[in-house]
Amino acid sequence: MLREVLWKDMLNMKINNNFIEIELGKLYAIWLREFKVFLREKSRIVASTFTPLLWLFVLGAGFGTIATNPSAISGTGQIASGGGVGPGIDYQKFIFPGIVSMSIIFSSVFFGSYIIWDRKFDFLKSVMVAPVSRTTIFVGKTFGGMTTSLMQAAILLVVGLFLGIHYTPFSIVLIVVIILFLSFALTSLGLAIGSYMESLEGFQLIVSFVVFPLYFLSGALFPLNNLPPWLSILTALDPATYAVDALRNTMVGITGKNPFVVDIGILLGYVIVLGTIGMLSFRRMKAV
Amino acid sequence: MTAIDNVNLDIYDNEVFGLLGPNGAGKTTLIHILATLIKPTAGSASVNGYDIVKESSKVRSSIGIVFQAPSSDDMLTGYENLKLHSLLYAIPIHVREKRINDVLELVGLTDRKNHQVKKYSGGMRRRLEIARGLLHKPKVMFLDEPTLGLDPNSREIMWKYIDRLVKDEKVTLILTTHYMEEADFLCNRIGIIDKGKIIALDSPSRLKESLGGEIIKIELKNKEPMKTLVESILKPHDFVHKVEVNDEENVVIVYVDNASRNLPTILKAIDNNVKSVDFRSPTLNDVFLKYTGRHIMAQQEDHAEGGFMERYAQYENK
Repeated sequence: MLREVLWKDMLNMKINNNFIEIELGKLYAIWLREFKVFLREKSRIVASTFTPLLWLFVLGAGFGTIATNPSAISGTGQIASGGGVGPGIDYQKFIFPGIVSMSIIFSSVFFGSYIIWDRKFDFLKSVMVAPVSRTTIFVGKTFGGMTTSLMQAAILLVVGLFLGIHYTPFSIVLIVVIILFLSFALTSLGLAIGSYMESLEGFQLIVSFVVFPLYFLSGALFPLNNLPPWLSILTALDPATYAVDALRNTMVGITGKNPFVVDIGILLGYVIVLGTIGMLSFRRMKAV
Repeated sequence: MTAIDNVNLDIYDNEVFGLLGPNGAGKTTLIHILATLIKPTAGSASVNGYDIVKESSKVRSSIGIVFQAPSSDDMLTGYENLKLHSLLYAIPIHVREKRINDVLELVGLTDRKNHQVKKYSGGMRRRLEIARGLLHKPKVMFLDEPTLGLDPNSREIMWKYIDRLVKDEKVTLILTTHYMEEADFLCNRIGIIDKGKIIALDSPSRLKESLGGEIIKIELKNKEPMKTLVESILKPHDFVHKVEVNDEENVVIVYVDNASRNLPTILKAIDNNVKSVDFRSPTLNDVFLKYTGRHIMAQQEDHAEGGFMERYAQYENK
């Protein structure tokens, strides 16, 4: 009797395993497609690597003269009173974690809202007519977004070596975790927005009203201490703020606004909230 | 707006069923509903015995679909696209490769399987779509305007493949088209659809027969004395089914049996008032004309063919 029950249980387990295997196969298929397309769109890789480098070197070098020597702008001393970017840290190094975040913000939100194109060119329809749940498609997509963000960030991390950023195996693990959290949250956001948009014209709106505010409000380019209150509130709402803060902590050793653990905790909160919103939007999205 | 209005339809196993109608008639909407992409606002339907609303996942597993515009990923190769879908349809790993190769063979793309889809021609893209639709051995296959935007040569090749897949794969095929010859050539039965309603339903030959014989079009030299006369002269002959007089164009259309034998009799009756004469077998267009009073012609040719950039350019122009 007992043996029979056990046997039945094992049979059930086998069915369950099979089910998981099949779902993982579907997830893998969707992820693999994103990954392959990413690798093949060379121009996209080049462009999305070049822009952060431009910010890092041109803006970094240009603004660096003001940030480290406040008297450079007619001696008002405004920046000096704010304490500058930190003692003994040059501006380029200071914004480096911000530029890494910028690359993640851009690639993740763009990746998510790229769903508009998938829909426009019917690829999504062919996936939706297959026996695949919306949740699986959503998760596969976000994994794809995380992978592309991570790869683009990796290129920048290598550049960081030349700026004198030191990595340890432990700091690399932390950096990867932060990158994955931020890109999951923002890919979900992009997918959520993309799922509501019916035309490509909206894409420009996403750039102006989502991508750039996320970037500028994240404290990627300036320290968050002593900001006017309205700006302080806005920066606190931006999920990227916590990634920048945590990355700066890990990469250049500046304890910014929050302790590392708090940053990670809030980031995780955003992962859950934006992930849920993204998934729900995706599920209610019209197939045609 | 109602795209589909009270359609009541039975489609049998292993038949090729054609939905024929002009652009905007509701063909694509009907297919999207049956393929579970749109939820119907009223009514019910089942595909392969599964309810399209309650058992949508089972419906999806039992159908294959080729959309109006090719939907494969341009950046991937033909093989990779099929691999992707074989995973989505959970085709067991031990038959996966064989099945992919089989469908590639069936649509004649084996030698191009490792090329990126963006390098395919329009006809090859369509064939790849068919291969994709067939991968999981669906019971029902939907083809939405399978030859839209293809040149005549590619269209004929496409017909050949469709014809072959009916014989080899034993699927029920439901296709939409606004090309008469296509419906005529491929389908066992045709539903003519207009403004969301099925207005006629039968085999192509019977639909044409229902018009009664062949069609003779006579253009008259001068309208007045003959126009009304013609009708009364021709009507009494028992091989004449129907006489239509077109006031504006000076044309009389006569539906007759055995036109080649009876044409001389008719011409003799009208005497020397004939400017030109033309006779032909009825087409599905005539059937459409009979039921709707309009021609079915494609108001505007869509060019769904082409790669990502072409379609982007098209999109920009709109």
